Amino acid sequence: MRYLSLIGARLAKSVLVLLAILVLNFFLIHMAPGDPATVMAGEAGATDEQFLEDLRERFGLDKPLPIQLMHYLGGVLTLDFGYSYRQQMPVLDLVMDRLPATLLLTGSAFAVSLLFGILAGTMAAMRAKRPSGSIIMGLSLLFYATPLYWVAMMAVLVFSVFLGWLPAYGYTTVGAQYTGLAYLWDVAQHLILPATTLGLFFMAVYTRMTRASMLSVSQQDFVKTAHAKGLAPGVIQRRHILRNALLPIITLAGLQAGQMVGGAVLTETVFAWPGIGRLMYESLMQRDYNLLLGIFFFCALLVIIFNLLTDLVYRLADPRIKEAA
Amino acid sequence: MNPMTTSFMARFAQNRGAMVGLLILALVLLLAVCAPLLYPESPWRMVQRPFLAPGEVAGFPLGTDTMGRDVAAGLAHGAWVSLLIGLVSTAVALSIGVPLGALAGYFGGRVDDVLMRLTEFFQTIPNFALAIVLVAILEPSTSSIVLAIAVVSWPPVARLVRGEFLSLKRREYVEAALLVGQRHRDIIIKQILPNALSPIIVLASLMVATAILLESSLSFLGLGDPDTMSWGYMIGAARTVMRQAWWLSVIPGVAILLTVLALNLVGEGLDDALNPQLARPRQ
Repeated sequence: MRYLSLIGARLAKSVLVLLAILVLNFFLIHMAPGDPATVMAGEAGATDEQFLEDLRERFGLDKPLPIQLMHYLGGVLTLDFGYSYRQQMPVLDLVMDRLPATLLLTGSAFAVSLLFGILAGTMAAMRAKRPSGSIIMGLSLLFYATPLYWVAMMAVLVFSVFLGWLPAYGYTTVGAQYTGLAYLWDVAQHLILPATTLGLFFMAVYTRMTRASMLSVSQQDFVKTAHAKGLAPGVIQRRHILRNALLPIITLAGLQAGQMVGGAVLTETVFAWPGIGRLMYESLMQRDYNLLLGIFFFCALLVIIFNLLTDLVYRLADPRIKEAA
Repeated sequence: MNPMTTSFMARFAQNRGAMVGLLILALVLLLAVCAPLLYPESPWRMVQRPFLAPGEVAGFPLGTDTMGRDVAAGLAHGAWVSLLIGLVSTAVALSIGVPLGALAGYFGGRVDDVLMRLTEFFQTIPNFALAIVLVAILEPSTSSIVLAIAVVSWPPVARLVRGEFLSLKRREYVEAALLVGQRHRDIIIKQILPNALSPIIVLASLMVATAILLESSLSFLGLGDPDTMSWGYMIGAARTVMRQAWWLSVIPGVAILLTVLALNLVGEGLDDALNPQLARPRQ
């Protein structure tokens, strides 16, 4: 019961945040160069005065701002995000079309970075006094400082251009009509480079968090007790330290992972990955502001859903956390 | 020099990574300052055949790009842009985050509630996506880029400063200042803020690094100031010719990597030197 009401509170908060983002979006449309009607028309219909007039009429663009805002919110509630005249499709359809590819990319990148980040961080914490630990931390600092898009380009250069091991761009091989397992294998091959390069930065973040968290847990009294009892160091590391260090890592990782959607814009641009990040780049190139802001809203929505999920998982995983939120 | 400063400098100098970082930064700064002297002409000017490899023609140590522009000149002018945008946007972010965090931490209660909800809101929005949207809507220029980076990077500052103020405001010297009738504004600025400075300095040095990465990512997407040559733009322009001329994307990338790495090393060094009692378990 208590758990359900907590979920309710979190949901209510998320809805408020979404509303705030919509209001922000609305004002951004009004800040865009040109009058809102041309922005909504994506400048494509700018020559057709009648068409612009229709848009002004439909969205009440001659009415005061608060009324326009209501129009806008009403549209969004009925899942109307406007129309992209550049792409000749409703914004919602465009986004839904591209969403699965982005979810696949960010999901894989998240899984890879969390798994390897925790592994590397654990090793670095266990070898804190040895050179191997310093090497892991040095590498993670290096990945932390490398621009995401550049590491992606370098990976293409090495693994596609020089070595020819993996495809350099796209989601599937163009022209190949694979089905079943062959199709999955094809997509997996295309996924390896984008997911790994997007994950590297986050892996570096998780490595540092894991190490710091483990080192701070290892100073606690119950660890000293375990040592005093004569338990094997390996057992203490795994059962006592890692388990206790893991929970804060998972929460922080979940919050960080939301930022992956932003990083995906760069990765998808480099790899021509047909997700919403690539769509965002296309809308930038075409100055299709209405589409751009629609995508921005969906990015924020993804982050909110992800944060909500992390929160729920965390509370389920650690029943000691009652409220505090 | 007072003994605290000397001990700080001694601790900082002992950190090998931080010293290497400082050296790299000094070189980048030198390059940036000398750019107008070494390459007085605009880095956008065509000066030679396009696609010259590094060292192929004397006088063009790093070769030329797709349009026959001098890569070395671009690198030097880009250094200036990176450092400038990194520093200014961090300063703007601090000028938003420090006052908000200080007010929230000092007054608590409703003020704290409102300000922290605002901070959380900005932390929820995906950083990079918001920066893209802001620059695109405001039209790419140095000032819109600085503003966008500042808008997405102030929340951690506000949170940090709030935390410091929450713990510092219970100290006896603050109570003493209240007793002698100092105004809140003076207590915040003259009593508490100076004592909260060291973590702010550390965070700021890391923020400059993040800001440089952000700026380069925006320029890479074609959202750079169209009048200034930047490292991110150079990589973005070289993307389509990666197969023919890989060095065009490698060289500016290494420049970004080294600069950001150096700032991170300096930040870690400052952290260890300013908080010796909290020095992360290392040896």
